[in-house]
Amino acid sequence: MSNHNGTILTVNDLKTYFQTEDGIVKAVDGISFQLQKGETLGIVGESGSGKSVANLSVMRLIPDPPGKIVNGNIIFDGIDVRELSLDEVRKIRGRRIAMIFQDPMTSLNPFLKISEQLMEVTRLHLGHNKKQAYEHAVKMLKTVGISDAEERIESYPHEFSGGMRQRVMIAMALSCDPELLIADEPTTALDVTIQAQILELIKDLKARMGTSVILITHDLGVVAGMTEKIIVMYAGKVFEKSPTRELFATPANPYTKGLLKSVPDPAHEEGTELYQIPGLPPDVAHLPPGCPFAERCSYVQEICRIEYPPFIQINEDHHSLCHFAEEVYAESVQERK
Amino acid sequence: MLKELNCPKCGGSLDVDENQRIVKCGFCGSSSVLKLDNGKPKLKIEQQPYKPESDSLISLLDLKVYYKIAGGLFSAAKYIRAVDGVSLGIEKGETLGLVGESGCGKSTLGKAILRLTEPTGGKVFYNGKDLAHLPQAAMREQRKDLQMIFQDPYASLNPRMTVGNIIGEPIRTFSLANGKSVELKVQELMETVGLSRRFVKRYPHEFSGGQRQRIGIARALAVDPKFIVADEPISALDVSIQAQIMNLMERLQAEKNLTYLFISHDLRAVRHLSDRVAVMYLGRIVELADGKEVYKDPLMPYTKALISAVPVPDPEIEAARQRIILIGDVPSPINPPSGCPFHTRCQYAISECKEIVPKLVEIKPLHQAACIRISSEHPNIDENVKSGRKVVGNEN
Repeated sequence: MSNHNGTILTVNDLKTYFQTEDGIVKAVDGISFQLQKGETLGIVGESGSGKSVANLSVMRLIPDPPGKIVNGNIIFDGIDVRELSLDEVRKIRGRRIAMIFQDPMTSLNPFLKISEQLMEVTRLHLGHNKKQAYEHAVKMLKTVGISDAEERIESYPHEFSGGMRQRVMIAMALSCDPELLIADEPTTALDVTIQAQILELIKDLKARMGTSVILITHDLGVVAGMTEKIIVMYAGKVFEKSPTRELFATPANPYTKGLLKSVPDPAHEEGTELYQIPGLPPDVAHLPPGCPFAERCSYVQEICRIEYPPFIQINEDHHSLCHFAEEVYAESVQERK
Repeated sequence: MLKELNCPKCGGSLDVDENQRIVKCGFCGSSSVLKLDNGKPKLKIEQQPYKPESDSLISLLDLKVYYKIAGGLFSAAKYIRAVDGVSLGIEKGETLGLVGESGCGKSTLGKAILRLTEPTGGKVFYNGKDLAHLPQAAMREQRKDLQMIFQDPYASLNPRMTVGNIIGEPIRTFSLANGKSVELKVQELMETVGLSRRFVKRYPHEFSGGQRQRIGIARALAVDPKFIVADEPISALDVSIQAQIMNLMERLQAEKNLTYLFISHDLRAVRHLSDRVAVMYLGRIVELADGKEVYKDPLMPYTKALISAVPVPDPEIEAARQRIILIGDVPSPINPPSGCPFHTRCQYAISECKEIVPKLVEIKPLHQAACIRISSEHPNIDENVKSGRKVVGNEN
C-alpha cells in the first residue's frame, strides 16, 4: 500500500477558488507540500490566509458551490483524492484521514450521547457490532485520558468542559487508527493549561501510534514545540517552507520575520516596543499584481509591486516566496551570530 | 520575664518579653511573631497579609461578586462566587495585568470595579470615594474617569451608528464639547488611534477587527479617562494586528498618563504590557508581583503550572523544557473546594491544604503569593518538599 519513500501526503500546486459576489476569491492559490510518515507539519497563517481551506480541500470538504478545487493534485498514500467519487472519499475520511476542529462544542452533536457518537465511527468504518464498538469507544476515551470512562461515556457533550470535549473529538478522530490527523486550531478555544494537556496528548499519541499530523494554527509558540516542518501561508500562498528549527532561527521571508518579532517572547528579555507589521492583511478578492505582502513589507522595492515574487530555494528544504529571499536570509544569519 | 532569641531574618539577638506577640528587630527592622515551637518560644517572621498601598489610584478591599443561580422561597440559595474577596491596589500610571483561566472571575472583577456588575460586598476606592456604595447619579459622574475596552470589537459597537457618532456619544453625554467642536474632537481622537478622519461617516461593519478595536479605544478615550479596564482587548485579533493594538495602548498610556487593568488569558501579552501581574484562580488572587518576576520566579504552584504551559516561540527551548501538566479542569465556582481552591489539581497538596485557606502574603519583597507551603523564610516550594517541610507559612 505505502509508497517506498514513506510519503503519506503530497499536495501539488493546489488551487481552491470561491465564487463570491465580490468576484473570485483565490483562497488557496498554488500551494505544494509533502508530508512524510510519522511527521508533523505545522501550517501557520493569519485568518484568511487559506490554511484551513487548504486542509478542507485535502478532505474534499469544500462546499461546492461556491468553492471549487480548480487545480492541483492531492495524493494520499498513492491515491489521487481528487479523482475519487464521493463514496470513495467517505471511506477515507474518518477512517484513514481524521480531522479535529477548533470548536469542540459545534463539532459534536448536542442531542447524542458521547457513546453513540463514538460508536458510530467504528460501526461505520470498521464494521464493529454494538458490543465491539462500545468497548472500543471506552478504550479510546481512556486513551485520551478521560477518567471513569465507563460512566462518562453515557454523558452528553454539554456535560463536558471544553478541554474534555476536545479529548472526545481526539478520541473520535483516532478511533479508526488513521494514518493522517489534521488538527485545525485544536487548542485555540482552550485555556493555556488545558492547551498544554491537549498538545501533550497529541504528541504522546503520535509517538505511540505513528500517526502523521498536520497542525494548523496561528500560534507560533504551538508549532515551535510540536512540529518538524512548517509552512507559512499568506493570502492563499505559501510564503515560506522550512524545517521548524531553521524557520525560527533564520527566517528567509520578511512576513515570517515580522510575525516572529511581533510575538512577545517570555523566554527572552524584550525591548521596549513590540515590532509591528503595519497595515492589514489584504483583501484576497482584490490582490495587487506584485507581491501580496508588498504594502506591509519593510524590505519593499519597486519590483515587489510590479512582479510576482519567485519561490527561491535557500537550503535543501527551505524555500521562500520573496524577490529578496537570499538577502533576508543572510540578514537573519547575521542577526543570529 | 525576658528571653534571648534570635531574629529570624538577620540573626541578631533580641531580648523578648514572653507576653509580647509581635517583636520588632532593632537591627534589621523586620517584625516577627513570637510562637511556641515544640513548647519552646521561637520567633517567626510575621506574614503580613497583602494590603493595597494607601495612595493607589484604585484600591479594592475584600471585593466580592456573587451571582445567585438557584434558591428561592423554599430552597437554600446557591451562589457562584465569581469574585471571592479580592484586595488589590492599582497604582497611578501602571499597567496591572490580570491573568487566569476562563471562569476564574477576571472579567467579573474588571466589571465590578466599574460597577458594570454590582459588587456583592467589599469596597472599591477611587479618589477617596467608595465606588461600590456610591449612588447611581454620583457614579455616573465618576464614569468619565473610568472607561472600558471590550474583547469583542464586533459586538461592542452599535452597528447602526456611524463611527463619528460612536466616538462622539460620550463627549455629548458628558457635555465635554458642543456643536462643531465635538466633530473636531472626534477627528482628533481618530487620528490618535490611527484611523483616517475620512472614515468618520462609515459604519462598524466596514472595518476590520483591528480597526474596530481602534474605534473602541477611541470611544474609551473620548472622555479623557484616568483609568481603563481592558478586557481581553487583543484576543479576537490576528497576531500581526495584536502587536499594533498593544503598541497603541502603550503609546497612549505614555502620552496621557493612563492607568490600565489589562485582563487577558494570553500570558505573553500580559507580560509584555504589564508592570505588575496578578494571577487569579477561582475568584481569588493567588499571586501578585512584578511582571518579569512572575515569569522568572513563580512561587505558587498554580502560577508555576500556568507559566510552564505557555508555549514559547523557540523550538530549542521547547525541546529542552519540561512542562508541568495540570490534571483536570478548574473546579466549579458554585461549590469551590475547601481550603486552598487549587488543592484539587496541585501536585504539592497535603492534607492541610484542604482545610487552611491561604492568605495572600508577602513572600519576597513586592512579591505576594497565597500558599501555605511557602513562606518568606522558605520561598521555594520544591526545596520545602525535599527537606520535608510541610506547612511553613500562613497558618494563622
